[in-house]
Amino acid sequence: MKSYPYQNPSRATWAEDYSFLNNDINNEDGQAFNKSYLKVKDLNLYIHKAHILKNVNLEIPDKKVTCIIGPSGCGKSTLLKTFNRLIDDTEGIKYEGSILVDDTDIFDKKTEITDIRKKMGLLSQRPCPLPMSIYDNIAFGCKMHGERNRKKLNQIVEEQLKAVGLWEEVKNRLNSPASKLSIGQQQRLCLARGLAVEPEFILADEATSALDPISSKHIEELFVKLKQDYTIILVTHTLRQALRIADHVIFMYLGEVIEAGPADEIFNNPKQELTRKYLEGAFS
Amino acid sequence: MRLKFIEEKIAKGFMIIASLAVFAFVVNIIYTIFRRGIPALNWAMISQIPAGGYYNGGGGGILNAIVGSLYIVLGSTILGLLISIPVVFYLNVYLKKDSRLAYIARLAFDVLFGIPSIVYGAFAFTIMIYLGMHTSLGGGILVITLLIIPIFIRSMDEVAQQLPKDLLDSTYALGATKLETIKVVLRQIAPGIATATLLSVGRAIGDAAGVMFTAGFTDSIPTSLNQPAATLPLSVFFQLSSPNADVQDRAYSAALILIFIVLVISILGRLITNYFSKHKI
Repeated sequence: MKSYPYQNPSRATWAEDYSFLNNDINNEDGQAFNKSYLKVKDLNLYIHKAHILKNVNLEIPDKKVTCIIGPSGCGKSTLLKTFNRLIDDTEGIKYEGSILVDDTDIFDKKTEITDIRKKMGLLSQRPCPLPMSIYDNIAFGCKMHGERNRKKLNQIVEEQLKAVGLWEEVKNRLNSPASKLSIGQQQRLCLARGLAVEPEFILADEATSALDPISSKHIEELFVKLKQDYTIILVTHTLRQALRIADHVIFMYLGEVIEAGPADEIFNNPKQELTRKYLEGAFS
Repeated sequence: MRLKFIEEKIAKGFMIIASLAVFAFVVNIIYTIFRRGIPALNWAMISQIPAGGYYNGGGGGILNAIVGSLYIVLGSTILGLLISIPVVFYLNVYLKKDSRLAYIARLAFDVLFGIPSIVYGAFAFTIMIYLGMHTSLGGGILVITLLIIPIFIRSMDEVAQQLPKDLLDSTYALGATKLETIKVVLRQIAPGIATATLLSVGRAIGDAAGVMFTAGFTDSIPTSLNQPAATLPLSVFFQLSSPNADVQDRAYSAALILIFIVLVISILGRLITNYFSKHKI
């Protein structure tokens, strides 16, 4: 069998570094793949005249980490932003086809856009805390959705900060500005903020690319932990990251989905020539 | 020495001279006002309204103008904020970046920005005549509001245009409607709002031409929006017009009070800004 760079033993120290994840991508039982919450059917997306997403058909498995990989400008982020319809604000946008979440078409006129977005926590490339205190960052979403009870809010804030491992670091300064946190802490705060409105999905758009290695490791650990309760969709430029945490991989090229499937299949035995070349690093 | 270092020295010299010139100018103005104003300043100036024959050297003070100016500034600032915040929010959150309407609106505000206050005064005066209004505090507040709205909008808009797209996206991603992002937007542009308010207050309190037709001038303190109101700049103007040197000195005291009020408002504004911008990301 041909050896790919990422399988090269000299480069395989990541496996030891990340042994804490202890979540081998190969030991999936494969059954959970049958159930999927999010289905994309014949999605075409245009911005003005440009055809950005071409005939995308996908099923995102439930409670798994799905990585979308592909070279820059292939439409990964656009696809991600289409899932929660953040793309709507773009001038000249037009879409065809459907995306089904829980069998509800998110493009349907009757679907409330805020409901869709509430279901999908977003983690952007650079952490973007709200201009308020650490406490209010988490409580903001809950208050907006009608939670007024102070005790309940305190409980949510503590719970979610614990879920992202930030509680011990910030419990004594909940009222200080979120902007004072380090960038890695900010990203975890943003994750906690998203979790506080009880989403079903977490959409992460290169969520670790602005972070230092330790903080990225934190976030990756969290993703692996959180997949018990959430479906995680991750756009990433880092193949190693995909290799470390993906259960399911989608490879996109020039707006098309070239190949999608379980991670071990795609990484070890890609069916498409293009996927093989990308993984070999022939183009990026 | 190489030519570019000589160039650098000359350029730096120019910068220092220009800075010193501006500084000297400010010092000179303040010195003049203090020199002529301080001797004429007394408690009666700020605690009494003009007594009979005040403008010919009689007793009393300019409390009428201080109160009138503060009323007008307060009223127009509140009205101005109430009108311009929704405009800025609409331009930056609801309209898309390359919206044609936003472009035209911004152009219009730029034009309004450049219109001299006497034109606003004349315009408002025509409307007041049409409505059968007298010169009054209400009229003064209206015309000053018109005058400062472009300042408010343009300076807040400059800041709001820098709103990070990610910040709005993050808020939408929590399930917020556009309206619900206002809490986030206001906190993020709070420093801009404060700066805009300071600029507007400065312009509002110092304007003489706009209020001349609309607020009028009176020696008493207005007790309702229908009564005419005196203002500090007009008070300075009337006292300076007097042939009596003592009264002219009082004009400088009035100017001193005006500057003092602006100073207090500026410092307060800075403190408030610092408080509200501590969360800015």
